[in-house]
Amino acid sequence: MSKYSSQEMVLNMGPHHPSTHGVIRFILQTDGEMMVKATPDIGFLHRGIEKIAERLPWQAFMPYTDRVDYVASVNCNLGYAVAVERLADITVPERAEYLRVIAAELSRIGSHFIGFGALLLDLGAVTPFVHALRERERYNDLMEMLCGARLTHNYVRIGGVAQDAPDGFAEKCLSFVDHLEYEFIGEFNNMISFNTILINRLANVGVISAATANDFTLSGPNLRGSGADFDLRRDEPYSVYNRFNFDVPKGTGKFGSLGDSYDRYWVRIEEVTQSCRIIREALRKMPKSGDIRTRLPKPFTVPAGEVYVRTEAPRGELGFYLVSDGGKQPFRVKIRTGSFSAMTIIEHISQGVMVADLVAIIGSLDVVAPEIDR
Amino acid sequence: MLDRFNIVNRLSPDRDLILTTVDTAVNLARANSLWYLLMGLACCSIELMQTGGPRADIDRFGSLFRATPRQSDLMIVAGTVTLKMAPRLRRLYDQMAEPKYVIAMGSCANCGGPFDLSYSVVRGIDKIIPVDVYLPGCPPRPEALTEALIKVQEKIKKERFFLKQEASQQRKTEQEKRGKDGSGIPFQGSSRY
Amino acid sequence: MELHNFITLIQERLAGKVLSVAEMKNDDVMITTDREHFAEVVAILKNNSSFRFSTLMNQSGADYTDTLAVMVNLYSGFLRRKVTVKAFLQRENPEIDSLVPLFRGIDWYERETFDMFGIRFLGHPNLKRLLLPDDWEGYPLRKDYVYPHSYNGMETGRADLLDVDAAGEAHV
Repeated sequence: MSKYSSQEMVLNMGPHHPSTHGVIRFILQTDGEMMVKATPDIGFLHRGIEKIAERLPWQAFMPYTDRVDYVASVNCNLGYAVAVERLADITVPERAEYLRVIAAELSRIGSHFIGFGALLLDLGAVTPFVHALRERERYNDLMEMLCGARLTHNYVRIGGVAQDAPDGFAEKCLSFVDHLEYEFIGEFNNMISFNTILINRLANVGVISAATANDFTLSGPNLRGSGADFDLRRDEPYSVYNRFNFDVPKGTGKFGSLGDSYDRYWVRIEEVTQSCRIIREALRKMPKSGDIRTRLPKPFTVPAGEVYVRTEAPRGELGFYLVSDGGKQPFRVKIRTGSFSAMTIIEHISQGVMVADLVAIIGSLDVVAPEIDR
Repeated sequence: MLDRFNIVNRLSPDRDLILTTVDTAVNLARANSLWYLLMGLACCSIELMQTGGPRADIDRFGSLFRATPRQSDLMIVAGTVTLKMAPRLRRLYDQMAEPKYVIAMGSCANCGGPFDLSYSVVRGIDKIIPVDVYLPGCPPRPEALTEALIKVQEKIKKERFFLKQEASQQRKTEQEKRGKDGSGIPFQGSSRY
Repeated sequence: MELHNFITLIQERLAGKVLSVAEMKNDDVMITTDREHFAEVVAILKNNSSFRFSTLMNQSGADYTDTLAVMVNLYSGFLRRKVTVKAFLQRENPEIDSLVPLFRGIDWYERETFDMFGIRFLGHPNLKRLLLPDDWEGYPLRKDYVYPHSYNGMETGRADLLDVDAAGEAHV
């Protein structure tokens, strides 16, 4: 490797570190600047959400699903609600389904802003992160109008949604989506995505082939960045996603090899545009009035049985394995998240990369600590 | 103007000479440049980032985020502290230089919050470190965090800086009364706060 | 492929190794085996050319009060079908074969199941606690788990200020 003799050094990165996305610790064995191995040590945000589920009624668990991935909380709410509805055979009214889709796609946009914003901050570019936060503030305003909260929304209920969209929401949402698709993304790409320094930092770094990605159960944008064409919204549709017309962006080796960090970053940028298309179509097709929630019996019990339902969250596949014994509380809830599998692959692709590239790889895989630890 | 800065006397309206006490001048400088340690652990950290972002800009109060405890004098604990993370939190607090202040941001840092039903969560960071301002909310809005920062600033402006010996003695006796162990090992447990 | 055709295919190919095959909600099929045949059944489902369940979706454990269980969810892009394979284990000293030779990504899922339930996976390269600290005692997701009062000297409860005794002091 080099003509200089050196010794291996063990370096600790985290849990309190500005570049790890939350409280994650890495134990790095490095030979100078080159890494030999990076072992993750997780569990610093393990709050026992799966055990809490066994002590609360079915509907009362919804705010805790917000905290499983707080950056995209409506998607997690939706995953849990769809799982319980499939187990209990509950139908959701039309207007509620469209409101759910609009809220979920807005949440996906907001999450991708934090996703690639944090990646750029880790690479050292502070200004693009502030650009992303500025757009996220407008998204926060919209969500506050719809759900009442800025961050942990708790909007979806079992059988529908919590409240109806107020007057003026549709116009404001449409103007936000138009601003994003036609003004912001183009400007952002010209300034940042096609910047030579960013391309040099991300291209050919952390290449993951589609076969490796499948072996390590990667999902979502991470899997699509390696070239696989699989999106749960199109291939295993839930809610009313089968009525919308949208493309599924995948990695093509745009500026480097197929499956490198730039591909994963580019897939997220493209997904923002596709989410804008879905929102516009949903606002047009939504019924003008109607029920927003199915009345559930009191006390609400779910018939005994087991189900596994997976939905497309911004960080991968969010799966809920529910076991019910016919009672008022869940018997077992297992939450399977996309960031958990993304962490397992870091150990395997970190040999022979430099420490700065490790930061780029973690950022491009878009891991957040609460999804890993729950 | 006189009230805002506690100015004692201005000799005449057209001269640039202001009389004040040393305490007031030093406290003014200290309060308006509080650098905070980024202790963003969970959901409240996103609101902490948004508070430092473009709309609710905390930088206009002179506050800047630092990643290292050696360069910061305010610690904003944003998020749930688990039993695995608690010794690290204590170690980071001990590494900060005096005078240091702590804001407990959010329900989880105040008292465990919604994770009171859990087995691996520390119910409130005041079991580990002394807290100056408790900020409720889940998560608190950026305006609320700004208000908490202003409260810390008001607290600083009332301090008497040059009687440093007396101030740190006072803090020590207060800690002992509250049953806290100031030595650097994890909190030994007490039934009183 | 139709659901009842699929169930018939499973019953033909895996006869003698499974205890029962049943329909599950969400267009899924539940295959129950015993712990000796668990790894073999999953290997057949993955490698056999008429099944090709090469994508692992999820692995979890559960505590059914008198027994423990391990479940694996698999997906086949070839058949576009999902399947769940479950094995029941005894409560004292639960052990089962590890699936790491088949799916490299199941490594951490098995470590988490060990951490939460105490199920040992034979043949796992690195079976240590994952989410809880290394010196934690007990397996939290079991139904008979008692929350600890303190950990390394730190008490986990919090005194309620409104709940004072005769001397005016609040206790945890």
